[in-house]
Amino acid sequence: MSLYGVQKLIFQLNRDPAARKRYEENFEGLLADFELTEEERQAIRTPDIGLLYVMGVNGQLLMHYAALRGFEWSAYIEAMKEGERKYGPVRTGLYSRAEGRR
Amino acid sequence: MSLVFAGVCSHAPGITGRKERADPVVRDAFYAAYDRMRVALEGSKPDALIVIGAEHFANFFMNNMPSLCVGMGEVYEGPIEDEAWLGIKRSKVPGAPDLAKRVIEDVMQTSDLAYAQEWKFDHGIMVPLSFLTPRYDLPIIPVNINCQGPPLIPLARCFEFGRALRRACDRVPERIAIVGTGGISHWPATPDSGKVNEAWDRAFLERFLNGRRDELLAYRDDETWREAGQGGLEIRTFIAVSGATEGATGELWFYAPIPIFAVGCTVAVMKGI
Repeated sequence: MSLYGVQKLIFQLNRDPAARKRYEENFEGLLADFELTEEERQAIRTPDIGLLYVMGVNGQLLMHYAALRGFEWSAYIEAMKEGERKYGPVRTGLYSRAEGRR
Repeated sequence: MSLVFAGVCSHAPGITGRKERADPVVRDAFYAAYDRMRVALEGSKPDALIVIGAEHFANFFMNNMPSLCVGMGEVYEGPIEDEAWLGIKRSKVPGAPDLAKRVIEDVMQTSDLAYAQEWKFDHGIMVPLSFLTPRYDLPIIPVNINCQGPPLIPLARCFEFGRALRRACDRVPERIAIVGTGGISHWPATPDSGKVNEAWDRAFLERFLNGRRDELLAYRDDETWREAGQGGLEIRTFIAVSGATEGATGELWFYAPIPIFAVGCTVAVMKGI
């Protein structure tokens, strides 16, 4: 897992106009800048918002990526629920129940 | 001088971004409470406003995450989010670099903290400012407590930080206002978005408004996470305000869960600071 890299990519996309420009002009190049697994790259590319949520991406990052990719609020919430149904509980991070009980 | 005003309020992005989807009666009562807070804030004639917030990966990330950070910039800008998504137009917001520097130097006597001369405000600061200083003409000193990327600073140290801020305010000639913004219970940006634990919120507010330090510091993050959601970890901002207003009590001007805003919407003001 390279959750850190997935979140870093989304963090930069959310705040950095240069990263946003690369997203628009050379998405694959931007993806190549981060050490990601193929599953992660594909989830970002698709985008599979539900899988990104299950991977542990923080919603405070993910909701902006979802909005960038055209997900209206209710569709974003539904995509996360669908992700849990399809892929199971959140694997790691703040929303993982196991880790949250620390 | 000292503190001339202290209060707390909510900052969820839905408050401005999804306003047309809320029950208009409850929403307008909430907005009226923010406006009452604006009038009280203006009436205190502050030279600067310290906003103690809990930003959400707009400036700070896990590559170098400060537990506490105070802004020392000349000017800020926000919101960092899409203007239409948040329902707030992007603006410049004046800072108070000289005052912030003196406050930071004093706080550093007892609290470790970072400072920042660059800072893009996200909804965590812009939503409150859009109601409280809608012309963005009051100099702002932003303060961030990391409530998003664990490990998080212990509650007792948030209280001590608030105390240190107060001591610093007491030692400068300017008139300073403080607004804390975060929590209370909510599960923002998750499938549970819209869920609010009203009983938990009211019990927390009872402790907060009566300045019950020991009871405030008795919360444990694992319990808060279970009962009040990951957004509940933002009580750190209220606890810092409590540290800055030790001995004072508060008045609750508004509380109601508004599910489409994804938070128990809160406005409260401290008395006798």
